[in-house]
Amino acid sequence: MSSNENSEKPSPEVMLTFYRRLYPFKSIYHWLNHEHAPTRLFTQREFAFTLVGDVYLRYNSFTTADELKKQVCQLNPTRFEIGPVYSARPRDKKTMRPGAFNPILRELVFDIDMTDYDSIRTCCSGADICKKCWGFIASAVQVLDSALRNEFGYQKLLWVYSGRRGIHLWISDKEAMELTDQQRKAMVGWLTVVQNRKEGSKSLNVRTGGKLPPSLQNALDFLRHSFVDLILHTQECFKSEEGYEELLKAIPDSLLVKTLRSKWESKPGRSSEDKWSDCFKSMSADKNLMTALEDIIIQYTYPRLDAEVSKHRNHLLKAPFCVHPSTGRVCVPLDLEMIEKFDPKSVPTVFQLLEELDAIRVTEDQNTELHSDWEKTSLKPYIDIMEKHAFDLMQEARKEKLKSDTSW
Amino acid sequence: MFKGTVAPSGQVKNHTSFSSPLNFYDNPPTFDVSIEEFETSALDRLRVLAEIESSAARNRSWEELKNVTNMQCKKYLPLSSSNKEDTSGDTELRRRDNLSHFVLRLAFCRSEDLRRRFVKAETTLFRVRYDNLIGREREAFLNSHDFDWIPVEEEEIKKFSEQLEAAYASTSDGKRKYVKWTRVPDLVERRKVFLNGGWAYVPGHDISSIIFQEFEDHLEKALEMTARFLPRLDEDTRLVPILSNLSQGFLAGISSEWANASGPTSGNEIKAEMVNDLAKKHFPLCMRALHENLQKDNHLKHFGRLQYGLFLKVLGLSIEEAVAFWRKSFSRITDDKFNKEYKYNIRHSYGLEGKRANYPAKSCIQLLAPGSSDCGCPYRNYSPENLQTALLSSYSPLGLRAADLPEIMATVKAGHYHVACTRVFEITHASSRVAKGQGIGDGESVTHPNQYAARSIELEKLKDGMVAD
Repeated sequence: MSSNENSEKPSPEVMLTFYRRLYPFKSIYHWLNHEHAPTRLFTQREFAFTLVGDVYLRYNSFTTADELKKQVCQLNPTRFEIGPVYSARPRDKKTMRPGAFNPILRELVFDIDMTDYDSIRTCCSGADICKKCWGFIASAVQVLDSALRNEFGYQKLLWVYSGRRGIHLWISDKEAMELTDQQRKAMVGWLTVVQNRKEGSKSLNVRTGGKLPPSLQNALDFLRHSFVDLILHTQECFKSEEGYEELLKAIPDSLLVKTLRSKWESKPGRSSEDKWSDCFKSMSADKNLMTALEDIIIQYTYPRLDAEVSKHRNHLLKAPFCVHPSTGRVCVPLDLEMIEKFDPKSVPTVFQLLEELDAIRVTEDQNTELHSDWEKTSLKPYIDIMEKHAFDLMQEARKEKLKSDTSW
Repeated sequence: MFKGTVAPSGQVKNHTSFSSPLNFYDNPPTFDVSIEEFETSALDRLRVLAEIESSAARNRSWEELKNVTNMQCKKYLPLSSSNKEDTSGDTELRRRDNLSHFVLRLAFCRSEDLRRRFVKAETTLFRVRYDNLIGREREAFLNSHDFDWIPVEEEEIKKFSEQLEAAYASTSDGKRKYVKWTRVPDLVERRKVFLNGGWAYVPGHDISSIIFQEFEDHLEKALEMTARFLPRLDEDTRLVPILSNLSQGFLAGISSEWANASGPTSGNEIKAEMVNDLAKKHFPLCMRALHENLQKDNHLKHFGRLQYGLFLKVLGLSIEEAVAFWRKSFSRITDDKFNKEYKYNIRHSYGLEGKRANYPAKSCIQLLAPGSSDCGCPYRNYSPENLQTALLSSYSPLGLRAADLPEIMATVKAGHYHVACTRVFEITHASSRVAKGQGIGDGESVTHPNQYAARSIELEKLKDGMVAD
């Protein structure tokens, strides 16, 4: 990352080279299509392009990966998005009777965005992200991943860094693809615990008869650890007066709040961890106050989802491996194990990748096949993740096919 | 007649015996039905469904809704005869229930909007009826239909006892079933169920959730299927008019109470359901036009809403009724959108929000002021051709003839719009002995839409009074 281009926006020429030589259209095709031969999962899939100057082209569809690549290279969009599989080819939409053109299948998608954590993170704000605040994303990913696998039984999860300050999740299990909007909405309801994030912290209302539902109990057992690391150590959320006032608001005992406040006012340097243990000491004896402490942990660390993205099948979401138009970073897929130690700043940028390409030229000076150029760049490990994921999906589809064939 | 028209895919149990009062409507009627029964049974069911819809618009609580629906059902759609000993009549009643359901399916499968509303109303009716069942009947119903669920074994209850206890505060509920979570989205949304590996462990008292969801999904699919087969029915000239009549009736919101009553019963109290009828008999052309646009598009623009809303307020529509009326009229938007974007304005015009002023309804002078053409005074804004068509279509049932038009058009041309309006009033109230030149009483001409409507209603009352005497 040597050049000062890093802070610049990628130019159309840079983008074109990226699409021509690096973008893994084949992998994307396999991932969406689940098979080698084109199925409706690909051919009736909507692609939407954002061109320079915010021109937005919707309802494109393609029969093959090559056709998609051709069109992308021709339009040279700043980014493109993937929508649902419709009941007919989206490009034929205008010829269809209204009402006969409906979304039928769609990966279940989730979006976690750092902006939803602005009220509690202390290191950056707005569009910025650093390794410190990635901790929120990392712990949210852990909770969400395990909930989706254990409670809902989904297996084919693909996590994708969104290029700036968030992370996307694409679930491609057959059952997940088939979910209706109503079912998606229900799922979001199940997974939305922290309400009213814009209006600051309101107390949670998730207990029935004083008990946490089992799903949250599991999450809490995990979040206890990340709370200490993230909220107390890394973020020091209760260090400032503003920060600890927020904490005090959540304590339902006014007498205790007064004592704690005067104690902390007299010692302004007291760390978040010490303050937390002050709370803990005075509250652990009382069952009611203990539940309040648990609620605080959930409030600060439970995943905050961008609900609108997940609720409707026809919501578009940026395709993996697109380049974020303002950071130049590639939206790369991530392994679950990588996410905890992931540093958003370490993601290859489009400028860096092109430089790597140039370097290959110099050393080898041979015109190797164009489409495998990425093999020699730092994009390779990420494309490998995608390929492996797509391979799993294709295996699954093959098994499914065999099963239905033998049943005859 | 229904063979091949409605074909729900291979269902299990045969309901033709109608042993349970509750029906999943798996089997279409295959017996002969007279055209008359075809229509009357559907109309009766429609009254019940319309009442359910208007309950939703009026924000009735579940208990209120249940009472109202049960009363309506008793009157129009009973499932058991009142005589407990003699159950021979039950089969006949249930056969009729089954028939009316399938007739309405034909009427309401035509558009997405109709389907959605029909499913919502039918599902509510089903829930009310399910709620009414006593334990034994409920058991019988559950056994009569294959819900494709798996009873949870003791072993598993033990294995997950901790989680189950946390989720339901008891593990002793023996009739727990498990199903794919996608079949109980309402429980999942409220986190009221324990999930493991995509399966939902539904406790006994929440089993109804599975049933209602199943009913809804089943009906939705069946309606779509019916819609696909419907074109084949278009050749039947006896049924098609009946069916389109039925769906229109639902759109206009037939209410049983009002359909039989002849006028505002107690003083000036006007109910939301009555507006449609009043509009046809008593409204001046400007308000007729707004009313018809509202019925046709399920929407009115801001000034139209303001103008018509204030008119209805002065006519005697209370705030509750006004909210119910507008909610029902704006049938294509969600509750959420309605409450957010429209309810405030309605309450505002009743002086309950903001400035809290008691706004008067717009008078003719205000309506005649230059403005947009979709509201205001039609005598002034409409082109001569449109005006004549509008007058004839609106007022010919009240006695306006084509021969009267030249006179009216002449006054319009001269710019005397209120005179034209007054003349229409005289012509349409000739049966109440209003003569030419008498205007809306003592030779007065129309200066306010409410004056027009109020006098028209008054005249009708006088007339009824005279007949009674």
